[in-house]
Amino acid sequence: MLRIENLSVTVSGKEVLTDVNLEIKKGQKLALFGPNGSGKTSLLMAIMGFSGYKVTRGNIIFRGKRINDLSIDERARSGIGIMFQRPPAIRGIKIRQMVEIIKQGDFNRDKEVGELNLKELLERDINLGLSGGELKRSELLQLLACSPGLSLFDEPESGVDLENIVLVGKIMNRILNKHEDNTGLIITHTGYIFNYVKPDEGCVLVGGRLHCRGDPKRILETIKEHGYEWCTTCEGEELKRRSHKPGK
Amino acid sequence: MVYNMRRGRTKKKIPQARKVDITSYRSEAKPKTYLKDLQKINPDQRKNMLSAGVDPSHKNRAGTYIQMDHSVVHSRSFYPGLEVMSTTEALKKYEWVDNYFWRLVSADADKFTRQAQIQPHHGYFLRALPGVKAVYPLQACLFINDNNIIQNVHNIIIAEEGADLQVITGCATASDVRRGLHIGISEFYVKRGAKLTFTMIHNWAEDVSVRPRTAALVEEGGTFLSNYICLKPVKTLQMYPKAELVGRGAMARYNSILFAPPGTHLDVGSRVILKASGSRAEVIARAVSAGGDIIARGHLKGEVQGIKAHLECRGLMVSEKGLIHAIPELEGTVEGVDMSHEAAVGKIAKDEIEYLMARGLSQGEAQAAIVRGFLDTSIMGLPRELQKEVDIAISTCEKEVF
Repeated sequence: MLRIENLSVTVSGKEVLTDVNLEIKKGQKLALFGPNGSGKTSLLMAIMGFSGYKVTRGNIIFRGKRINDLSIDERARSGIGIMFQRPPAIRGIKIRQMVEIIKQGDFNRDKEVGELNLKELLERDINLGLSGGELKRSELLQLLACSPGLSLFDEPESGVDLENIVLVGKIMNRILNKHEDNTGLIITHTGYIFNYVKPDEGCVLVGGRLHCRGDPKRILETIKEHGYEWCTTCEGEELKRRSHKPGK
Repeated sequence: MVYNMRRGRTKKKIPQARKVDITSYRSEAKPKTYLKDLQKINPDQRKNMLSAGVDPSHKNRAGTYIQMDHSVVHSRSFYPGLEVMSTTEALKKYEWVDNYFWRLVSADADKFTRQAQIQPHHGYFLRALPGVKAVYPLQACLFINDNNIIQNVHNIIIAEEGADLQVITGCATASDVRRGLHIGISEFYVKRGAKLTFTMIHNWAEDVSVRPRTAALVEEGGTFLSNYICLKPVKTLQMYPKAELVGRGAMARYNSILFAPPGTHLDVGSRVILKASGSRAEVIARAVSAGGDIIARGHLKGEVQGIKAHLECRGLMVSEKGLIHAIPELEGTVEGVDMSHEAAVGKIAKDEIEYLMARGLSQGEAQAAIVRGFLDTSIMGLPRELQKEVDIAISTCEKEVF
């Protein structure tokens, strides 16, 4: 579904991702762990094509096609969707209007609005003055409306209380399981969301470099026990060596 | 404080509206026939009236006044207690109406007011009798049909004690009109406990010059809501309507939604003089320049203690050309006035465009959606029915503009 080859990205001239190699197969749910500032959001932004994230080297391949040169909306229309961690507020555009503009296929607005408990917020300006939980629910409603094949989730549990995190997890599962091929990349630095959403694999990003790939539960336990730095010294080194082999 | 998007904070000379030469316009226009049945209006005129919020079918309207050039072509009220006629007719009908002329706007204010005094071409007289509350608005249209003429109207609106009157007025031109001058004197009287919601939509042509001269007097407990929408090109429009709050607890609110495409010059402000204790005022402007120039003025003057007023101007630049110049003024002459202002002028934030693009909108669609959102009329707090009508007019306009 998504293949990232030797990707390096700069933000304001500073390298934030270095030589990242990553593959997510159709239908796979991959967890991306990493401390604050490790480059996780930058990776999602680069996949989505945001202008502040300049790809200096490497390829982003989605459904077999190189998408480096596609605009953000072309990538969105080709089936990539994102749940933002800190979406910007836009005055005058109501959540209801937004969903009407972006909805695809069999999206049932009233049903989803009810499930996400957003009825009261439909006439509010997008992301303006919303609480943490409200923001996440609004983002999920939009993602449901877009119905992407590849969903990128940026810290879906951040700023969300316990009650909302259950709902966030439930809706994420629905998005990811709607079609057999639906694929997900889920960023977290705490791992709480994985009490509700079960990823197939996990990997670790530290200092802009990808270090490890394996059983997400084991990775999370290792991080909890030894910290992120440890991940840069063990299996990650093996992965790095392999990914650097010519022709890979 | 003066904010200027192109030049930064500046003490340079404040830009002024373009000059208008009255003598370059024809003072005579062909007389137009009175239309008993507005269905006979031609399709082009109908379309342009609709874009200015005036519906010739009278649907959801309590009454209609239509003036073409210098002729009244329709004047009718459907609602008991609401009067609709030309000011010429009103002067004939009621002796007292004379007292309402040139009371709030001085005939000597400038060359345009003098012109309107010397050579008046009717104008509308709209009045709600005491206690009358109409659900639907009255509509009035001042239409320029002949090319290169001058139209001088004098309008009077009176909301008598305890009345609730809504008015939509639309100004428009025929599609083949290239050039013209519209001078509109408007004097509004909001009596004790009355409410007047006045919504004006301008739908002029690229080479038309417009000089409204407007003032309102609001008595004790009266409410005056004035909404102004100008989304279409116009060569030069300059106005600075004023409301005087003379009675305890009187309230005025001005909302302006301005869009300036290339070649358009708007110099638009709203002024409220708070003369009675407990009076309140709000002046809100949203200005978008897509290459045209907008001077957005605002002036609040608190003359007595215990008043509260706020001025807000937000400007959005969507083109490398053009200018938005916000000039908010607060003036307090006594202690204990509570007045504030905020002004912000900027470009569309890239992260907002990209956010919408990440949902599949193209860059152009994202930009148009943000501009439309910025010009959101729900800030006006209109009654539901009126809001619907205004939204219809705006979306008709927007289809042509964006």
